[in-house]
Amino acid sequence: MPKYLLLKHYSGGPEPLPDFVPMSDWTEEEISAHIAFQREVGRMLSERGEFVDAQAVSPDGAYVRYGGPGTAPVVSDGPFPEAKELVAGWYLVDVDSEARAHEIAAYVSSAPGKAGQPIYEWIEVRPVMSDAPAVTE
Amino acid sequence: MNDHTLRVVAPQVLGILVRRGHDFAAAEDALQEALLEAYQSWAGQGTDDPKGWLLTVAGRKLIDAHRSEAARRRREDAMAAQPAPGPAQQADDTLLLLFLCCHPALSPASAVALTLRAVGGLTTKEIAEAFLIPEATMAQRISRAKRTLAGQSLSQPADVAVVLRVLYLIFNEGYTARIDLAAEAIRLTRQLALECDEPEVAGLLALMLLHHARRTARIDECGALVPLDKQDRSLWVRTEIAEGVRILQAALARDRRGEYQIQAAIAALHDDAPTAAQTDWQQILAWYDELVELTGNPAASLSRAVAIGEVDGPLVGLRATEGLDARLPGHHRLEAVRAYLHERAGHPDIAAEHYVRAAATCRSTLERDHLTKLASRLRH
Repeated sequence: MPKYLLLKHYSGGPEPLPDFVPMSDWTEEEISAHIAFQREVGRMLSERGEFVDAQAVSPDGAYVRYGGPGTAPVVSDGPFPEAKELVAGWYLVDVDSEARAHEIAAYVSSAPGKAGQPIYEWIEVRPVMSDAPAVTE
Repeated sequence: MNDHTLRVVAPQVLGILVRRGHDFAAAEDALQEALLEAYQSWAGQGTDDPKGWLLTVAGRKLIDAHRSEAARRRREDAMAAQPAPGPAQQADDTLLLLFLCCHPALSPASAVALTLRAVGGLTTKEIAEAFLIPEATMAQRISRAKRTLAGQSLSQPADVAVVLRVLYLIFNEGYTARIDLAAEAIRLTRQLALECDEPEVAGLLALMLLHHARRTARIDECGALVPLDKQDRSLWVRTEIAEGVRILQAALARDRRGEYQIQAAIAALHDDAPTAAQTDWQQILAWYDELVELTGNPAASLSRAVAIGEVDGPLVGLRATEGLDARLPGHHRLEAVRAYLHERAGHPDIAAEHYVRAAATCRSTLERDHLTKLASRLRH
């Protein structure tokens, strides 16, 4: 069955979100409701037998690359690109079809934000490649 | 007593329990408990009659479950009377279980999981590993499938086509999994063929055997994909080919063609050729004509275009791919076929572009690497 990675970028996406309010400007209750929704998504995916993994990642990290022979790794703490390129977290799901992956992504995007309204966050949906070759003749 | 014996015996026991009128989900739970007990109490020594032992223990657990439920609900008369045991028709029971596990109300993923567990006798952990998902998720998938079945009528006529689709899905998933799901699919299809006198069942079994025969030749020592025309044919398993051909011929003789028989016939023609150059493309094309006419499947039309390319030349083959774009949107195989036909037509630059596009849209790392190398070869 195909796997899909649902990437959360919060404010990023093909077009900016009209009324994006950063989470720090939400009330405590609004934040709690948002987090409760995330848990609900995880619970729903587990219950349906579609859950593979879910993680949130910290925005502060480093870019690291090979420094060349005999040289220490090159570590850059920033500046990071715009927020839209930052991955905030992901769900990894194992589903019957791409349509189902899109359905889950739309549901994730409906998470409550400011005043309990859906945040309409763009979710990037990427197929995970398998190493199974199709039978070809 | 070993795991293999248990795997063969367990589905037979489940079949008998279901046939006696027990609820499928409850019977499956009872059997799993009995299996656990078997592992603990036999401790490597085993018993002369594992089937009888499991049947007794699982049956007792079912009665216990009925009793505790009855007590809980204070309905002392709720205990189901045991119907008289039917004759021990194990192959019949396999068929019954397959129809249950491949019920049309289940999604393909659920049907696959339940079939492997209830008929294949694999553990939830093994199935989860084969599909690279957490064991807890697979356990949920299976119990959800069992709940879905609980509300379904089992009296409606079963659809063999759905069972065949699920078995073929298991077979195709099986190529790289740590657990040999392809061999498992063959074993299950063999059991089905014993009891179900349907040419398409034989057709699917033949198709699986004829493909499985090339299994080791398809991947080289570095783990890279080897296309059919480059495979070392001495690695093909002759006994599997012979058996596949025999089964196929018997099925075709009954003159009720179906898609699996036709695909098996094509596979048999490839398997028959001593070298790639000696492949009988004329006959293969005739079979593809029939397959396209029968199924209207655009993927079959695409394969037919390859065969046309071999028979009438690559430019005619390319023309046959026209009109497939709308029916196979963004499909990497369409790009790969065009690339191949352009390469044969002596258009290396166009071919390379198509190979690159095919690599970019394909969902398998093995195929992507192969397609990328083909593009690279044309550009150097």
